[in-house]
Amino acid sequence: MSYDVIQKKGNAHFNTLSHKRRMRLRIILDKFAKLLFIASTLFALMVLGILIYRISTQSVGWLNLKFLKNNLSIFPEKAGIYGPIVGSLWLMTIVAPVTVVLGVATAIYLEEYSTKGRLHSFIKTNISNLAGVPSVIFGLLGLTVFGRLLKFGSSILAGGLTMSLLVLPIVIVASQEALKAVPGFLRDASYALGATKWTTIRTVVLPTALPGIMTGSILALSRAIGETAPLVVLGIPTLILRIPNGVMSDFTALPIQIYYWTLDSVLKPEYANLAAATIIVLLFMLFMMNSIAIIIRNKYKKRY
Amino acid sequence: MTSQTLKRDVAKKTIYEVNSLNLWYGNTHALKDLNFAIEENEVTAIIGPSGCGKSTFIKTLNRMIEIIPEVRTTGEILYNERNIFDSGFGVEELRTKVGMVFQKPNPFPKSIFENVVYGPKIHGIRNKKKLMEIAETSLRDAALWDEVKDRLNSNAYGLSGGQQQRLCIARALAMEPEVLLMDEPTSALDPIATSKIEELVMELKKNYTIVIVTHSMQQAARISDQTAFFLMGELIEFDKTKVIFTAPRDKRTEDYITGRFG
Repeated sequence: MSYDVIQKKGNAHFNTLSHKRRMRLRIILDKFAKLLFIASTLFALMVLGILIYRISTQSVGWLNLKFLKNNLSIFPEKAGIYGPIVGSLWLMTIVAPVTVVLGVATAIYLEEYSTKGRLHSFIKTNISNLAGVPSVIFGLLGLTVFGRLLKFGSSILAGGLTMSLLVLPIVIVASQEALKAVPGFLRDASYALGATKWTTIRTVVLPTALPGIMTGSILALSRAIGETAPLVVLGIPTLILRIPNGVMSDFTALPIQIYYWTLDSVLKPEYANLAAATIIVLLFMLFMMNSIAIIIRNKYKKRY
Repeated sequence: MTSQTLKRDVAKKTIYEVNSLNLWYGNTHALKDLNFAIEENEVTAIIGPSGCGKSTFIKTLNRMIEIIPEVRTTGEILYNERNIFDSGFGVEELRTKVGMVFQKPNPFPKSIFENVVYGPKIHGIRNKKKLMEIAETSLRDAALWDEVKDRLNSNAYGLSGGQQQRLCIARALAMEPEVLLMDEPTSALDPIATSKIEELVMELKKNYTIVIVTHSMQQAARISDQTAFFLMGELIEFDKTKVIFTAPRDKRTEDYITGRFG
C-alpha cells in the first residue's frame, strides 16, 4: 500500500495543507536541535583541546623524569615537583579515610536509620547546600578550626581535614544514592532469615552499594586533589624544600604549585613552563582516578 | 470457625492460632477479625482476589509486615502457644523458625553457596565443613542440588527464574525452620518451573508446615490440605481443600472458585 493510500484512508484531519506545513517545520526543527546539541558539545571539547594543546606545547622539554624527581627550586632549570607530588599523596592519605568513613557512616544513618521526618529533610537539604559552598569558605573554616584553634598550622593534617570537609558532602550524597538503589527485596530476604538491621546492612546492603560508594568516593578524592583555594587560605608556604615526612609536616601540593608558578611567571617566564608541566602531571593523576572510578562502575554493573 | 477447628484431627499439633486479628495500614482496615488455626505438616492455601489481604496476612505470620510504616495490629497470633506480638518474643527469633519465600525470586547478588548458607552464617555457624553440609542438604531438599552442584561458586543471578526460586526455598530451608511461608511463589514463573515448585511443596510438607498464598485456584486445589478464602480483609471460609472446592458453604466462595468474580 502506498503512502498516499494510507494518507487517504487516514483521518482527514491529518491530511490538510496546514498539517503538512507544520510537519515540514517540525522536521527542520528536529535537525536544528540536533545540530545545536552537537555544536554545544564541540564547543566544550574545543576549549578542552585548546587548553591541552597550550599546556602541551608549553611543557615540551620541561616535563621529563628529572622534573618528577627533583625538588622545588627558585631556578627553573633545576626545579622539580617531587615535593608537591609527595604532598598531594600525603593529603590523600588523610582525605580518603576521613571522608569515606564519615561520609558512608552519615549516609547509612540518613538512609537506613533516621526516621524520614522534618529533621531528616533538614539535614539532607543542608548537606546538599554544603556541596555548593565555595571552597575558599571551607579554607577559612579550616584556617579557623584546624589551623588556629587546634594549632595544626599549615600542616598536612590541617590541609587534609579541610579538604575532607570540602568533599564530604559529595561522598555523603553519592553513598546515599548508592544505598537507596539497593532494592528492597534484598533487604526483605535478609530480614526474613532472622537478620537484624545492622547484619542486613553489613552483609547485604553495603556490599551491594559498594561500587556506587567507591565511584563517588574516588570522584570526591579527585576533586580534593585538584583544589587550590582552601590550601591558599590555610597559608601553605610558597617554597618548601623539605620533603614532607609525616602528617604534621608543612607541605605543598600540585595545584598550589601551579598557582604560585603561574603568579610568578611575570618574574621569570620559565615558571609558566613549569606550571604547564605540573598541570600535565595533575591532569594525568585525575585522569587515572576517574578511569578507575569508571572501571569499577562498569565491572560491578547491577546483576539483580 | 471454632467449631470447624474442633472438628479436625485432634492428634495434630496446632502451629499457629490466630485470634481476633485486625490490621490497619494507617486508616485502611486491611485484616478484619481473623480467627483460625494452622496445623502441623499441612499445606494451608490462602486464596482470594487481589487486595483481599492474603499477602498482608502471610506477612503478619512472621511480622515482615512491620517493615511497612504505619502498620497497626490488634488481637494475637499464637505460634506454638506464644503470642508473636509479645515484647519478649524477638522478631529475629520468630523469623529463624518461620521461613519465607517471596513472590519474585530474590537471591542475593552473591554466589549460590553464599546464598544458601547466608542464614546459618549470620546466626554464627562459621565451620566450613558444616556450612557445606547445610548447603548440600538444603539444595537437595529444594530439588536443586543436581543442577547446581558443579557451580556453587557462580553468581545466583546466572540461574533461571525457577532455579532462583528454588534457591530461595533452599535458603529458607537452611535455617531448618518449622514453618515455610510462601507468598505467591510461582506467580513469576513459567508452567514447567511452577510444576517443579508444586512437586517440591508436596515433598516438603512431610517435614514442614506450609502456608501458601496463591492466585491460582488450581494450584490451591492441587497442593493444599486446607484452604482459606479471603475477601476484603475478611476470612470468608476455611475448611478442608476438598470441601472448599466441591461443597463450599458460602455463596461468595462458590462465586469465586467458579470464576464468577476476582
